[in-house]
Amino acid sequence: MYSVALAVLIISSVSAMLALLLVVADRFIANYGRCTITINEDRRIDVQGGKNVLAALTEEKLFIPSACGGRGTCGYCKVKATEGAGPVLPTETPFLTPEEVDKNVRLSCQIKIRNDLKIEIPEELLSVREFEGVCAAITDLTYDTKLFRFELKDPPAIDFIPGQYIQLFCPRYKGNSEEIYRAYSIASDPADKGAIDLVVRRVLGGICTTWLFEYLAVGHGVRFNGPYGEFRLSGTDAPMIWVAGGSGMAPFVSLLHQMKNEGIKRRTNYYFGSNKVKDLFFVDRMRQFEQQMENFRFVPVVAAPDEGEEWQGERGLVTQALEREGIDLSEHEGYLCGSPGMIDASIKVMNQLGMPENSVYYDKFA
Amino acid sequence: MNIGGELWTAAVVAFAAIFTNNILLMFFLGMCPFTSVSREVKTAFGLGLAVVFVMTSTSLLNWLAYHHILVPLKLEFFRFIMFIIIIAAFVQFVEMVIDRYSPKLYYGLGIFLPLITVNCAILGASLFMVIRDYTFIVTIGFGFGSGLGWLLAIMAMAGIRQRLAHARIPRGLDGPGITLIIAGLMALAFIGFTGVLS
Repeated sequence: MYSVALAVLIISSVSAMLALLLVVADRFIANYGRCTITINEDRRIDVQGGKNVLAALTEEKLFIPSACGGRGTCGYCKVKATEGAGPVLPTETPFLTPEEVDKNVRLSCQIKIRNDLKIEIPEELLSVREFEGVCAAITDLTYDTKLFRFELKDPPAIDFIPGQYIQLFCPRYKGNSEEIYRAYSIASDPADKGAIDLVVRRVLGGICTTWLFEYLAVGHGVRFNGPYGEFRLSGTDAPMIWVAGGSGMAPFVSLLHQMKNEGIKRRTNYYFGSNKVKDLFFVDRMRQFEQQMENFRFVPVVAAPDEGEEWQGERGLVTQALEREGIDLSEHEGYLCGSPGMIDASIKVMNQLGMPENSVYYDKFA
Repeated sequence: MNIGGELWTAAVVAFAAIFTNNILLMFFLGMCPFTSVSREVKTAFGLGLAVVFVMTSTSLLNWLAYHHILVPLKLEFFRFIMFIIIIAAFVQFVEMVIDRYSPKLYYGLGIFLPLITVNCAILGASLFMVIRDYTFIVTIGFGFGSGLGWLLAIMAMAGIRQRLAHARIPRGLDGPGITLIIAGLMALAFIGFTGVLS
C-alpha cells in the first residue's frame, strides 16, 4: 500500500514539475509579443505572435479559402509572403509548384508569426466577408433540387462577380456532429445585392444537403463567407459555348443576369444536360432570357426520357449534342459547370471540335 | 573501472550500436518515421540529426532519473511511464527553445521534433540502457551511437529510395511495400557486421 501511494506521488510530482516547466517556458520563451502583418503594402494588422498567419487573418475577419482548417492538408490557403516568413517548410512543398516557390507563394497556415511580416493577398479576397442572413424562401425545382434564397442581415449587401461561390456554414444537427463549410455557386442577379440564391441538388447522405433539405426552414438564420472563385466571363468578344448539368446551372443564371444588365451581346449557346425530363428546371426562365437577349440560345439535352415523358428536344448526352451540331469551335470560348466526369468528357469533345485548351473555363462540382 | 577504461567501453558500445546492434535494422525500432520520412536524403538527414540529439540527451536524463529517483525509491517498475513523460516534456521544451532562438535550426531540425516524441526507438534506447546496466558514461556512448546508427540507416534508405523513384516497381509494392523489403535486405547486410566485435 505504502509503495503504491509513493509511486503515485512520485510520478505525479515529476509530471507536475515538468508541466510547470513547460508552462513557464511557454509563457517566457514562446512569447513572441505583438507583430505587425502588412497586407498588400497598405493595410496593417497588429496580431499576437506565435500563431499561424491563416488563424491570425481569420481573427481579423480576412478569409483565405481553406478546406482543412489549417492542418496543411488541402493546400488552398496560398498567399504571397514577401518578407519575414522564413524558408519554405517540407510540409508545404507538396502543394507548391517550383514557379510558386520562386514567387514566394506559401501556405498561410504553415507560416508561424515570429516577427513582422509582409504578405500579398489577391485584392478580391480582401472583399471576402462573413455574412449573417436569413432563409427567405425555399422553392422546389425538381424532385431532388431546390432553390434557396438567403436575405442578408449583417452586412446587408454582397458584391460578387457572377460565377463566384460562397462557403455555407452547416451547423451540428441530429446525426451530424461536426461544423463544416460547403461551397455553393451564387445563382442570383449581381445587381440584387441584398440576397443570394443557391441551387442545391440533394446528395444522399450529404452532410450539408441533408441539413438544407430536412432541417432548414424559412425564417431560420444562416451564415456563410465569400465570395470566392475565378470562374467568370472573360473580357473578350468571342462567342461562347456553355455546358452545365444539375446544380451547375447556378453560376450561369448569374452570368445571364450580368450579360443582360451590362448589355453584353456575345453569341452564347447553353447546353444543359439532364438524365430525365423531370430533372430539367429553369426552362421557362431560360426561354425568357432567350427572348430578351437575341444572341442567347438555350439547348436542354435529355439523356434518356422515361416512357410517357413527352420530349421533343435534343436527346443523348451533352457531348453528343455538341458533336451533332458540329460547329467549328476554334474561335469560341467554353464555360463548363457540373460533375467532373461531364466536364472532362465535354472538354475532350470541344477540343476535337477545334477549341484551344486555354479558351476553356470550368468549375468542377466534386 | 577507471575513466579511461570506461571511455573505451563507451566507444566500443557506440560502435556496436551503429553497426552490429543497429537499433533500426537489428531491433526494428522507429520504423514509422523510417518508412514515411525516407523519400529524400535531405529530409531524412534532418530527421536523423534530431533523433541523434534527442536519443543522446533523453537517455542521459533517463539514466539520471532512473538511478537517482527510481532505484533509491525501489520504483524501477515505473520506468516506462517515467521515461515517456521525460522524453515528451524534454522534446517539447527543446522545440520551444529552438523555435524561439534559432529559427534557422528550427526549420532544419525543429519541425521533426514532434514527430519523434513518440518514436519507439527513443524509448527503446532508454530501456536498453537500463536492461544492459550501462554506467553514465557508457550510456552517453550508447545513446549517441544508437542515434547515429538510426541516422545512417535512414540516410541509406533515402538514398536507395531516391534512386528507386526512377525505377519501375510493381504497382502493389510501391511505397511502404518496397520500403519494408529494402529494410529487410539492409538488415541482412548489417548482419555481416556481426562478429566484428567479439
